[in-house]
Amino acid sequence: MAEKPKVAFYWCASCGGCEEAVVDLADGILEVVGAVDIVFWPVALDFKVPDVEALPDGGLAASFINGAIRLSEQEEMARLLRRKSKYVIAFGSCSHMGGVPGLANLWDKKSIFDWYYHKAPSVEDGGGREPRESVEVPEGRLELPAFWDTVKTLDQVIPVDYYLPGCPPTPKLVANAVGALLRGELPPKGAVLASPRALCHECPLNDTKPEKLLLKDLKRIHLTTVDPTKCLLAQGILCLGPATRGGCEALCIQANMPCTGCFGPTDEVRDQGGKAISYLSSILDFDEASEIERALEAIPDPVGTFYRYSLPRAYLRRTREVKRHA
Amino acid sequence: MRSQVVINPISRLEGHGKVTIFLDDNGDVSRAYFQVPELRGFENFLVGRPAEDAPQITSRICGVCPTAHHTASVKALDDLFRVDPPPAAKMIREMLYSAFMLEDHALHLFFLGGPDFVVGPRAPKGERNVLGVIQRAGLEIGKRVIEVRKEFRGVLTELGGKVIHPAHGLPGGVAKAVTPEMQSRLEGIADRGLEFALFCMELFEDVVLGNADYVKLITSDAYTHRTHYMGLVDDKNRENFYDGELRVVDPAGRQVVKFPARAYLEHIAEHAEPWTYVKFPFLKSIGWKGFVDGADSGVFSVAPLARLNACDDMATPRAAELYEKYFETLGGKPVHHTLANHWARVIEIVYAAERFRELVRDPAILDPMVRTLPTATPQEGIGVVEAPRGVLIHHYKSDENSVLTFANLLVATQHNAARIAMSVDKAARSMIHRGEIDDGILNQIEMAFRAYDPCHACATHSLPGHMPLLVHVFDVGGDLVQEFRRDG
Repeated sequence: MAEKPKVAFYWCASCGGCEEAVVDLADGILEVVGAVDIVFWPVALDFKVPDVEALPDGGLAASFINGAIRLSEQEEMARLLRRKSKYVIAFGSCSHMGGVPGLANLWDKKSIFDWYYHKAPSVEDGGGREPRESVEVPEGRLELPAFWDTVKTLDQVIPVDYYLPGCPPTPKLVANAVGALLRGELPPKGAVLASPRALCHECPLNDTKPEKLLLKDLKRIHLTTVDPTKCLLAQGILCLGPATRGGCEALCIQANMPCTGCFGPTDEVRDQGGKAISYLSSILDFDEASEIERALEAIPDPVGTFYRYSLPRAYLRRTREVKRHA
Repeated sequence: MRSQVVINPISRLEGHGKVTIFLDDNGDVSRAYFQVPELRGFENFLVGRPAEDAPQITSRICGVCPTAHHTASVKALDDLFRVDPPPAAKMIREMLYSAFMLEDHALHLFFLGGPDFVVGPRAPKGERNVLGVIQRAGLEIGKRVIEVRKEFRGVLTELGGKVIHPAHGLPGGVAKAVTPEMQSRLEGIADRGLEFALFCMELFEDVVLGNADYVKLITSDAYTHRTHYMGLVDDKNRENFYDGELRVVDPAGRQVVKFPARAYLEHIAEHAEPWTYVKFPFLKSIGWKGFVDGADSGVFSVAPLARLNACDDMATPRAAELYEKYFETLGGKPVHHTLANHWARVIEIVYAAERFRELVRDPAILDPMVRTLPTATPQEGIGVVEAPRGVLIHHYKSDENSVLTFANLLVATQHNAARIAMSVDKAARSMIHRGEIDDGILNQIEMAFRAYDPCHACATHSLPGHMPLLVHVFDVGGDLVQEFRRDG
């Protein structure tokens, strides 16, 4: 019997949702297990770093890596898996674009430690101890991986061949990607393995989106009654569908909630937030500065709104000292 | 010869974990440390975000229990905006929450905790996994677990948008109502869910309670800690996952305090250690006295064992019967045996299934009115739920434009962190003597924290496997003297 292709799954700064996404293949997981040989998956299997180190370089057909790069250990593991793998697939929003943990780039290590270990109101009186990378305890020495100032995307630390977008990627997209890998029908390197078009094209409400959309007002979702049969943007609710890659089949919209952009930008766009802001400007029907200001009150947090999943990948970068908690 | 045993990486964890065991000159354990090398800083980057985005941002803390964070967050927003959701909205939230608890707990039973009992704590390592469970219990059971899980996760997708990182929660309600067509389908799912839950209980009774060795193991001193316990209870002191007050009992089972989540800062504080990124909550009235048991220690525990200890009864009939039997069998209340978490968890599966069924069969859940729009100026909000792994508290403050200015989160596994550290230490001391280490010993150390299901259930959801272990024994000079490896 021909040897099955070897694959690895690994996670970095993530929530475990991408691991669940693999499990949500449900019956399909049995097919995957039948077709490939999973040689490393710390979340489920008993293989260790030395097992990966013992493989020849390029000995893995593919590594699926989820999570952003937040700690020293995560970058070390990414480098090791890159060396051993023919293909590296960035799995999910965090490895693709930094994801929600990437919002921490509005802060740095010091401000995060200051809050978490010193100023948070539940920290014990006279607290003030914080973890260190190496510490002497009465019995010996204990080590922790380094916590960095900046969260990075996977392709900021190693070359990445393909991207599976989404927070998390849907089971269908995961199955398609594994299938393409097994059949050797892979697209050109650098491809994002989802729809090339914006989400609107697969949205069930797209028919109700006016040909020419012009908004007189923007509304915050919690202060608005939503008509579930009508395009959310047309109702003045900020939906990032037009600036976001399709492939999720409009799951949030089917729950009467707007798209928040987890699939990232389409192929021709690099900076998702910039694209979203530019699109929004084109549909706002305002002339007076005061009207524009009033409308923008509905977007009190442009960074968190337009770059919720992509701050580490954005052109927008930290240039001065971060804010500190009072 | 003094030496150090490092178990790294341990896996089948939600995140990364590491155990470092120091041995004394005789090869006995002087201390075992359970380290959590993980931190992402959510409290910081929630500041500046619109409050209404918090339920979707905080669900990203955990993709295994996103529904728990989403729900704690949205309850904090109800409080922040002083808005009361319509009855149907509360019912839908609790119904979805019950579905989530059922599928999450069931997976622990079959994939993570179960193999140690169904297959055996010292069984060959290659069999001590979900495949071993299926081999012994039958393929039909494996298929049934996948099928039930798919159905219940389907409910969460249909109403929440996405099962991993749901979108439905809004201050004052939910985004989507239940239709009559949906309700009739949900009733079928509920019946199958309850059948499945009762089957889980039978299986547990057959395999575990029917085996005198297991009962002895569960009640052995190596896995016992006499701590305080905390759990959410309703107005009759019955266990509740979605709402109520936090009740604390002492190691003798006496109520120490009962308080609304809004008062959590009066009762809970957090201790930090330099050797781990996790903080250790403790009872403020007693204070942090170190990693020790007893009524004089502020250490408390949460999750199934603690919840059953902290309540007076279960709110549904079958779960209430099982609750009685549990305490009768284990010698009365409270139960201090860490491994009894597994039994308590199965009782909660039955409760979740019964509660889900009650809620979907109630005609009131069909009311299309599922939102109350907030009108008050937001200020401060605190929300609590029982996550599968214990008490979960979200606390926010905002400016008048409802942009967050403050966030503090006390997460379930964190409340158990001190007791988990103690459990690993005690199990290591009880199992390792004269430097002798084998696979069965290592697994029995793992069982000490596996019982808590420390928010690592994702680790167990799919493939067969067991916790990989690589143990290095170094001499005091730092030279490797022994490598022990448990193969796959």
